[in-house]
Amino acid sequence: MADELICRVRKRLRSGFELDAGLSVPLDRSRVTVLLGPSGSGKTTLLRLLAGLDRPDTGIISFRGAVWHDSSCALHLPPQRRRAGFLFQDYALFPHLTVAANVAFAGGRERAAALMDTFGIAGLAALYPRAISGGQQQRVALARALAAGSALLLLDEPLSALDAASRVRLRTDLRRMLLDGGVPSVVVTHDRAEAIALGDWMAVMVDGRIRQTGPVRDVLRHPADARVAESVGVENVLPAEIVAREPGLLTLQVGELHLQCVDAGESGPLVACIHAEDVALSRDLARSSSVRNRLAGRVVSVMHDGPLARVELDCGFPLVAAITAQSAAEMDLRPDDAVCAVVKATAVHVAASVAQ
Amino acid sequence: MDWQAIWLSVRLAFSTTAILLLVGVPLAGWLAFSPRRWRFLVEAAVALPLVLPPTVLGFYVLLAIGPRSPVGALYARLTGGMLPFSFQGLLIASALYSLPFAVQPVSGAFQSVDRKLIEASWCLGVSRFATFRRVVVPLARPGISTGAILSFAHTMGEFGVVLMVGGNISGVTRTVSISIYDQVQALRYDAALETSLFLLGFSFVVLALTYALQKRIRSTWPMN
Repeated sequence: MADELICRVRKRLRSGFELDAGLSVPLDRSRVTVLLGPSGSGKTTLLRLLAGLDRPDTGIISFRGAVWHDSSCALHLPPQRRRAGFLFQDYALFPHLTVAANVAFAGGRERAAALMDTFGIAGLAALYPRAISGGQQQRVALARALAAGSALLLLDEPLSALDAASRVRLRTDLRRMLLDGGVPSVVVTHDRAEAIALGDWMAVMVDGRIRQTGPVRDVLRHPADARVAESVGVENVLPAEIVAREPGLLTLQVGELHLQCVDAGESGPLVACIHAEDVALSRDLARSSSVRNRLAGRVVSVMHDGPLARVELDCGFPLVAAITAQSAAEMDLRPDDAVCAVVKATAVHVAASVAQ
Repeated sequence: MDWQAIWLSVRLAFSTTAILLLVGVPLAGWLAFSPRRWRFLVEAAVALPLVLPPTVLGFYVLLAIGPRSPVGALYARLTGGMLPFSFQGLLIASALYSLPFAVQPVSGAFQSVDRKLIEASWCLGVSRFATFRRVVVPLARPGISTGAILSFAHTMGEFGVVLMVGGNISGVTRTVSISIYDQVQALRYDAALETSLFLLGFSFVVLALTYALQKRIRSTWPMN
């Protein structure tokens, strides 16, 4: 029996939005799968279809070999028989029940008590949901789903209801809890940093379609097309044309400048994707090194963001570099300074400019 | 004061409220959650007693439960008695007459229960019925108590339907409002004043208690 979550569904919403999503997640390689995409891309709709809360127009959904939905034979399991615990954005705890009663709502008392210990919420047992913090509510909701014997957890933007400070702090906690829970989970998010912190496997959703799936690192490094690159937060997605092809090396024309990158056999309309942290800056315009790409430009702005500084450059096209705050201070960058952006050929990833 | 009539009215109001809770809560649940397209027809039928003159409603009930109707005939076969001009007949008429007062607040309360809580319960493997019982009904408690109190108070004060269906039989169908009417007709204004004052005070106390109770329930678990 294939240890997979398979989902190929179409659904047209009343608003005219059309979801047409194909996804298969190898559960043996992915404990936590993140579904990443901009808001309005259909992530929550897909999650509700997986839970059985909504019914696709056509398609199939199966989990570990058990068919949950198959429109060809009118098979549709109700949510009760899927046992896919759904965590709503605001956790949806029952306000008229204590924490203990919430966790034990659909599971045995002993199992509930053990889970409350695991998640460190045993001390809150007698409190009502309104009396505990957002982070604690999240733990209660997770414990409640696991106590009910959920075979799969579906989390809709689990950190969005928290304030910015706890959101970052609870990311790692949440991943640990999901691993402790011992059942696979699918987490919807629009935040790239959240996706990286939480997930093993990533599916990128744009305009109601799954555009790319794979291990998180691979998807971030090698986005399949320009929309995916933008969705996973690649800061620099630059339209490019091939001007020369040497063995193993591709020369691209980007604006007025040339960029070299590793040739992976791409053709057609392309974009060059460069993560901001892969762009280094230098005051010295002429110095040579092993780095293939040296792009002359001017500083447009410098923005400090915690330990990093985001430097926007104008190289004939906009280019963003992320350097450490210390480097930025040492270089004393100011708007209109002439600098050189240094990018290794291996840091330039070429992708199709439109979906294939 | 006509204690017999007061006692009869209280008994009728309690029994009517009990029947309406049994019938009205499931009906309100159906109205709140059914996806049927013709649901509005049922909604309109339930609301009819709000606009129909009590005489019209009473007249139809009288026809429907008379000895020649199927319902009346069945009742006669089972019990040997007749429904018109009996306490049981009165009960049927009052329940119909107060139906919207029970169903509308309850259905409104059901509809205002956060949909996510219901879906969360389904995803935990809890059946639709159990979810209704364990999540929807407890969260709609203020609405249910409002429906019950309104049914009770409305039945206490009903006049036209009682007169049509029950007539005016002392100890059987003479309720407090009919007793007041009799007293006025007989020009016994002192007695009428006394009974009216009692009814006024009683109704006010019941409603005041309801609102006080609701406030307390709401503040126990405010929705966030």
